[in-house]
Amino acid sequence: MSALKIKKGATSHSAYNLRPNYSDTVERHTLAVLVENEPGVLARVIGLFSGRGYNIDSLTVAEVDHLGHRSRITIVTSGTPQIIEQIKAQLGRIVDVHQVNDLTVEGKTVERELALFKVSGKGDNRIEAVRLADIFRANVVDSTLESFVFEITGTPEKIDAFAELMRPLGLQEIARTGVAALSRGAV
Amino acid sequence: MTKAMTGAKMVVQALIDQGVEVVFGYPGGAVLPIYDEIFQQNSITHVLVRHEQGAVHAAEGYARSTGKPGVALVTSGPGATNAVTGLTDALLDSIPLIVLTGQVPTFMIGSDAFQEADTVGITRPCTKHNWLVKETDKLAATLHEAFHVATSGRPGPVLIDIPKDVQFATGTYTKAQQVETHYNPQVKGDLDAITELAKAMETAKRPVFYTGGGVINSGPAASQLLRELVAATNFPITSTLMGLGCYPASGDNWLGMLGMHGLYEANMAMHDCDLMINIGARFDDRITGRLDAFSPKSVKAHIDIDASSINKVIHVDIPILGDVAHVLEDLLNVWKARGRKTNAEGLSKWWDQINEWRAVECLNYKQEGKIIKPQYALQRLEELTKKHDRYICTEVGQHQMWAAQYLGFEDPNRWMTSGGLGTMGYGFPASIGVQMAHPDALVINVAGEASWLMNMQELGTAMQYRLPVKQFILNNERLGMVRQWQQLLHGERYSSSWSESLPDFVKLAEAFGAKGIQCHDPDTLDDAIMEMITYDGPVLFDCLVEKHENCFPMIPSGKAHNEMLMGDASTEGAISGAGEALV
Repeated sequence: MSALKIKKGATSHSAYNLRPNYSDTVERHTLAVLVENEPGVLARVIGLFSGRGYNIDSLTVAEVDHLGHRSRITIVTSGTPQIIEQIKAQLGRIVDVHQVNDLTVEGKTVERELALFKVSGKGDNRIEAVRLADIFRANVVDSTLESFVFEITGTPEKIDAFAELMRPLGLQEIARTGVAALSRGAV
Repeated sequence: MTKAMTGAKMVVQALIDQGVEVVFGYPGGAVLPIYDEIFQQNSITHVLVRHEQGAVHAAEGYARSTGKPGVALVTSGPGATNAVTGLTDALLDSIPLIVLTGQVPTFMIGSDAFQEADTVGITRPCTKHNWLVKETDKLAATLHEAFHVATSGRPGPVLIDIPKDVQFATGTYTKAQQVETHYNPQVKGDLDAITELAKAMETAKRPVFYTGGGVINSGPAASQLLRELVAATNFPITSTLMGLGCYPASGDNWLGMLGMHGLYEANMAMHDCDLMINIGARFDDRITGRLDAFSPKSVKAHIDIDASSINKVIHVDIPILGDVAHVLEDLLNVWKARGRKTNAEGLSKWWDQINEWRAVECLNYKQEGKIIKPQYALQRLEELTKKHDRYICTEVGQHQMWAAQYLGFEDPNRWMTSGGLGTMGYGFPASIGVQMAHPDALVINVAGEASWLMNMQELGTAMQYRLPVKQFILNNERLGMVRQWQQLLHGERYSSSWSESLPDFVKLAEAFGAKGIQCHDPDTLDDAIMEMITYDGPVLFDCLVEKHENCFPMIPSGKAHNEMLMGDASTEGAISGAGEALV
């Protein structure tokens, strides 16, 4: 069976990747979906997830090629290996989808998320917040005498950790972008 | 050479360029410019239905019986929402349709305008793809792309929503050849996988072909290749409801339909086989029964053009992604080149076993007394019509399963039924679509009285266009399948499953100017059927049948293929445990 020539990440061949017996373990996968930048394409992708009962842990979308009219949707999802394969196959058959890549199985990836944190407080809390922000390499992008807005970039785990630390120091609001991801190394 | 024209004219021009001959539709405010263009041409016949659901089902019947895409044209708002059931039906059964909807003018979209609905939003999950066209310059290209998408890969319904101002405005017409598309699904299967299947076929002791609607969607060549493959290998073959006709019912290797109401020999062969070759079927829950007991001993191969169908519910060992005709051609070539080998000894024993199962004669029933059994009615219908150039549609329910069991289909595209969605009200409008495509053929809709009433308004359409469709209604004054389940599962509490206040179908037919025939006597049934066939015009045949007949064999929900119910004696406590929650 190993004789089958399957291009890595080639959606049209995704069925061939499904040979091993499935496990029931829930896995977290980051999918990069290159789509035609048409109205409704995001609704199609989201509707697929809600309609078929799949999870979306994080979703980001933006145009990445203006001339080519392409957008990239990065979806972090979780499910059993069988569900993950179904999700990829279902995404692959959407007419506006050009390519589906499962970054989690295709080698090492870089994942980054940007977040803004509004923290308000006085005295020691305020000083501690700035000190921790410095440790996490967060930037202050807005400041009043009673508040800061920090900008932080990193893995989702790093942002989670920063949020935990900020909570007792007067964390008011968080805005997160969701994950953007690329495979490491040359294409 | 580009041409300037209005959007409405583009619609008609694109339909002509795509070879469309018939459009099923219903006018309204938001499509008036298109109707005005239809009025001024003679290339395309417009069939005025009586309800938009009828338009879409008629287009489905047209598509299924010709292999060409069906086209429907409806107005905005309620026109579009009435089309939703037909779109969903076509999506589940992979029927290529192009549905054109009018929309309020672009500058009014989002204002809750009169007859405004978010049509692309509503139909997004029930179409293969849809478009809202906001510029007249893009309309022609979108129309051509729509035909390409609907008919390429796994076929399906597409919808184009066209605002009224886009129909009025003038733009540049793009020809089909000028349209570039990135949607080109792979049709050739992987040769290594095909070789692996050929090898498995050489050694299999108990192989079975399990075929489905994909064979029919792939075109006549697929059915031809399948017949050649079956003849060359002498493997037994069964089919899903959607695949009936891809292999002739009179063929030696035919086991009959499989599944919940499939034949004993077909289901037993599926359960006991050691090589299952799924060709264009999708392991639907009506087929598999209990998943963890589904064909436990077999190596499974699956040929499908849709990657998401492969390994969706059943893990397969040899997946082959591609179009059925392309893959079967390669499979035949590879298998022949390798020496045309099969396991003759194993096959011979396998056929012995199958013949034992056949001897059970699972479709036996007793026609006694003066009441027509529904099975008997269908057997007589089969006998008296099988030599005709015949197309059969059905509604949904017991009559549909009996039709699948007792009628024989010799060729593809002769059987129009709502398989995936199970849409009551499908058959009558579908028969209108079929008759439009095949004016001289005998088109029969096998119906139940309840299903038939769901789209009975289309009798007006049949009359207006002089379509001699025969409505063969097995009238048991019950929602038969619902009643059967209530008997088996709900302690014989028949909650709302009888049809009270039924119309006099003969008078109903006459009210429309059609012919009505009623028959309740087995002795006069043949004459009555002959009268129906020979009458030149639409006929409503009210066949009064046994009211409490159950449809067997039956795999109860939550049970495996080898746990079929064969008759009334064995039904006590048939559905229990987890199966109760299933449908």
